[in-house]
Amino acid sequence: MRSADIDAPRCVIRSVGIAAPGLAGWTASAPILAGVAPYVAAAETPYAPALLPPNERRRATTSVRLAFRAAEDAVTQVNADARALASVFSSSDADMAVLHRICDALSKTPRIISPTDFHNSVHNAASGYWSIGVGSTAPTTTVCAYDASFTAGLIEAVGLVHSRASDVLLVVYDATAPQPLGAKRPLAMNAGVAMLLGRADAGAGSFAIDLDGAAETPCGNTSLEPLRLGNPALRALPLLELVAAKRTGEITLRGTGSLHVSVRYSP
Amino acid sequence: MKPLAIDSYTLTSAAGRGRAAHLAALRAERTGLAERRFEDAELATWIGAVAGLESVTLPRELAAFDCRNNRLAELALTTDGFLEAVAAARDRHGARRIGVFIGTSTSGVRHTEIAYRERGGDSLPDWFDYRTTQNTYSIADYTRARLGLDGVTVAVSAACASSGKVFASAARAIEAGFCDAAVVGGVDTLCLTTLYGFNSLQLVSSDICRPADPGRKGLSIGEAGGFALLTPAPQPGVTACLGCGETSDAHHMSQPRPDGALAAQAMARAMGDLPHERLGYINLHGTATPANDASEDAAVSALFGTTTPCSSTKGWTGHTLGAAGIVEAAICLLAMEHGFLPRSLNTREKDPALKANILMTAREAPVEYALSNSFGFGGTNCSVLLGPAP
Repeated sequence: MRSADIDAPRCVIRSVGIAAPGLAGWTASAPILAGVAPYVAAAETPYAPALLPPNERRRATTSVRLAFRAAEDAVTQVNADARALASVFSSSDADMAVLHRICDALSKTPRIISPTDFHNSVHNAASGYWSIGVGSTAPTTTVCAYDASFTAGLIEAVGLVHSRASDVLLVVYDATAPQPLGAKRPLAMNAGVAMLLGRADAGAGSFAIDLDGAAETPCGNTSLEPLRLGNPALRALPLLELVAAKRTGEITLRGTGSLHVSVRYSP
Repeated sequence: MKPLAIDSYTLTSAAGRGRAAHLAALRAERTGLAERRFEDAELATWIGAVAGLESVTLPRELAAFDCRNNRLAELALTTDGFLEAVAAARDRHGARRIGVFIGTSTSGVRHTEIAYRERGGDSLPDWFDYRTTQNTYSIADYTRARLGLDGVTVAVSAACASSGKVFASAARAIEAGFCDAAVVGGVDTLCLTTLYGFNSLQLVSSDICRPADPGRKGLSIGEAGGFALLTPAPQPGVTACLGCGETSDAHHMSQPRPDGALAAQAMARAMGDLPHERLGYINLHGTATPANDASEDAAVSALFGTTTPCSSTKGWTGHTLGAAGIVEAAICLLAMEHGFLPRSLNTREKDPALKANILMTAREAPVEYALSNSFGFGGTNCSVLLGPAP
């Protein structure tokens, strides 16, 4: 459902990055997502972002590290020049551990907030650290749409690809909350997904996106469903299954309100 | 970008509710800031509080969204005929084809602060609904639902540049065909997080904020909400958003790049091909911190020289954070509509280190084109050009 004079925007997926329990990086995850290797649940492994200077690495939060982990995975696979990339960061909850620490501190006497916590509390912290870390002065934005944050990020990134000549890095990530906040926003795991997108009128590894979907597509591999539903970033998994399997297909992502978004992928 | 007509707009801040109240406050040089405490905050400072939020009620079907931030959205949405303008656009385009792009920095965090204060044992109170209040998307979802829309809906949260960047997001979505028109806006409300947070960075002034004044001591925090309805293909001469520039400093999480080079680049991108001498007014980000004043002044004077009239209007509203972009774009629209250039309020004398033409007295003069600057934590810069559509 769109204006008759505009074709559904099409983008090429140059690379994918992923960081989730049992899905540690695209290279290791692609066979699992393609259905060639079984999914084996595993604890999240530690990670030190390579593109973050030591000073900033010390201050960076869990959600920032997750964003970097997924983003670095996508960028390094194709040796992309991260400095040149415009970027879209999307997260439902930014960093709930920081939110918890601040609200906890404000409920006590005396009220003392750490200045580092305060600047890390902004929703665009990961985007800021990324631009500093890679030295990129290109446009970057940060969006949020609760459980539809992957969809919102994808729409924003596709729009940005179409408004610029350069490639766009999409990074979607969310981290679990400490209690008591976690009971109000229960995410099952930490996760990040990144996609390096470029402009394509057609062709290999590209997708078209439209606002005409009907019902959300579950993961083909049912053992991945708890991941898809456990973190907003992993709503991307049905699309990543198509990419990993190099399979032509259409999936539907839940959008905002009653909107559903269809993504038609051709390898 | 292709020009987008501003079909309707509204703003509510400490300076007043609606366009007429703001124009009157701007002309009378009447600040909305007051030296008082926000709720039980101990900080001695000036704040820009919106009157009457305590008694705002949301429509019953949206009661789950009740929190200070969404109440301010409700107050702003029901001002200046904005609801009616969007309803008419909805009839023309359809609810699916109008996107919603709302900037916020802290969303409903005040609600979460109260929940933490009232927490019993190991759990937050039953009344606390995370999705509809605290979550950054809450304000965008509330706006969408309140306006009866069902299109692409996004919260843009890039700190104090949030509701400048909504113009760019809306323009991209329209050009990519995701929607045919857009509601853009921004809402941020007073909370302890920002008061104590900026205070921890020693950026909150005990005095009223004094942008560009050598005796400035930092910012006064305010709250505000504003919205605009954007439609494509405006008739020539219709007031429109003509350009957006977005860049990143790549310098520091909470301090601007001293030379303002990337802020200047954002302004240059927003200007596009418009000859600089046709720009009649720049609404500065102008938070009244020495670092912001110096870097923005360097950016403005490097790009435009030292004659383009400019001012910060945070002396009226305070720094409204994620709402600053839309509020100050709306003030630019008032300036263009009424041929009135506000001065830099509370500025007793201009810091001699600043070179730009910061208005020390208000002017009644036509403004053909105006530029609004918004910069935020993370080093994010956004500039929006407003003026007559070609």
